[in-house]
Amino acid sequence: MNEILNYDLVVIGGGPAGMAAALSAKDNGVPEENIIVLERDVRLGGILEQCIHTGFGLTYFGEELSGPEYADRFVKLMDETKIAVKLNTMVLNITKENQVIATNKEDGLITINAKAIILAMGCRERPRGALDIAGTRPAGVMSAGQAQKFVNIDGYMPGHECVILGSGDIGLIMARRMTLEGAKVKVVCEVMPYSGGLQRNIVQCLDDFDIPLRLSCTVIKIHGLDRVEGVTIANVDDKMLPIPGTEEYIPCDTVLLSVGLIPENELSKQIDLDMDMVTRGPKVDEMRETSQPGVFACGNVLQVHDLVDFVTQESQIAGKGAAQYISGLRHGDVIKTRGQNGVRYTVPQSINLDEQEDVKIYFRVGSVYHDKRVVVTCGDKVLLNRKKIKLAPGEMENVIIKAKDIAEMTKDQEIVISIEEA
Amino acid sequence: MIERNLICVACPRGCPVTVTLNEVNEVVSVTGNTCPRGDTYARAEVTHPERSLTSTVRVTGGKAYIVPVKSSRAIPKELLFSAMKEINKATLEAPVHIGDVAIKDLLGTGIDIVATNEIE
Repeated sequence: MNEILNYDLVVIGGGPAGMAAALSAKDNGVPEENIIVLERDVRLGGILEQCIHTGFGLTYFGEELSGPEYADRFVKLMDETKIAVKLNTMVLNITKENQVIATNKEDGLITINAKAIILAMGCRERPRGALDIAGTRPAGVMSAGQAQKFVNIDGYMPGHECVILGSGDIGLIMARRMTLEGAKVKVVCEVMPYSGGLQRNIVQCLDDFDIPLRLSCTVIKIHGLDRVEGVTIANVDDKMLPIPGTEEYIPCDTVLLSVGLIPENELSKQIDLDMDMVTRGPKVDEMRETSQPGVFACGNVLQVHDLVDFVTQESQIAGKGAAQYISGLRHGDVIKTRGQNGVRYTVPQSINLDEQEDVKIYFRVGSVYHDKRVVVTCGDKVLLNRKKIKLAPGEMENVIIKAKDIAEMTKDQEIVISIEEA
Repeated sequence: MIERNLICVACPRGCPVTVTLNEVNEVVSVTGNTCPRGDTYARAEVTHPERSLTSTVRVTGGKAYIVPVKSSRAIPKELLFSAMKEINKATLEAPVHIGDVAIKDLLGTGIDIVATNEIE
């Protein structure tokens, strides 16, 4: 049977983004009993539950927490409210009428009529299939996050001798974790000429344990029939093609992939939200409202963040935006934002011209820069011109657009962020 | 004078820090850090490097088999692997709460290994 429920706000996803968004919506006036969070896992917390390393919360709480501790702060806040939570619940569909169709063991199929929806589904790891690595299909090839779940949640080791492809933060964190648990991590290969991970993780996860990081290098073949027996790695040229003669065979029983994260937007695509081809998330305004009125997005489903602290802050904005929408607030014209000259993307992609508060625009650069300037313009006007010692793709940047500047903008202008010579 | 260039690991910002040492390995100056934590980190790093350690400890009688743990503060870097041996010997009984002590006074350092999640 199909049960019909009515809520002001449905939040899809009970990780850090979903929890912060739900709590913020409540704090901004949505009655708590009219908010529901749908989570497909057995508990709230999302990916933080398996991120047992520390480094979370320095910005938001001013102290260094592990992932589960950071999540628990929000779980406890959720417990103090009457916000409904359905665990083990999979959302199957959302509609253009802002209905959410979900299923779980207890309720069967449920349809929820919502005034507003917040998308907080997070992201997933790019799989082997996306990489076109030649060779057989033995056991022992998995994403770094999968290995992280095996070790940190399930409590067993997925292998003894590892090669890690990709130097994203999860790959670096797992290099250390596997090493501490007695595995030998032979090499981390990164196809780009720079690491996609944070500098601190290169230092404390690789350098501390003398694990070599090979840049401009990739795995070209995986060997082994039932279990991984080794990999062939090779250096790549500036077109990222393997350079003949540089091949090297490395025996190992496990290959971990840490080759990027992809926002999980299957639901967003069902309702044809305008998507950003670079972030792979929906296009949003400064309140994180998507192209469908009343549908908001925040956290890693919108743009892959480096720090959960920023996920929390972004989700609080989305919660506030949803609360304003539910109370009847509608906006008029917007001004678009855009990156150029090294700036790959900007979030939000537009700002409402009636915005009364300062707006933070997040962006990422496409390669590593030293001693440059970040310049923000609108028409002929330079809004900001700031020196930066270093910019890197692995580290999200932001600029603040002042409310008084927004008040003077018009809808046919653009806010443009670019990287210029110092 | 010896200069050592470090990347501060105190927070995700990862500031490039330069420490200048004199002939008897005393810190003369720390530059490049953007906060006091960076200064503390850099001084410790060139004299007695420390790292915070996280791992998991076995749980009996609970809904999960293991619980994540962390060192109550950073431990001397050279003790990381001996600490892991102790951690892999320890067991906690469910229910486990955040802050429950799994190992008291780890290897005589005065540092505890504490749980970082709730296990029913």
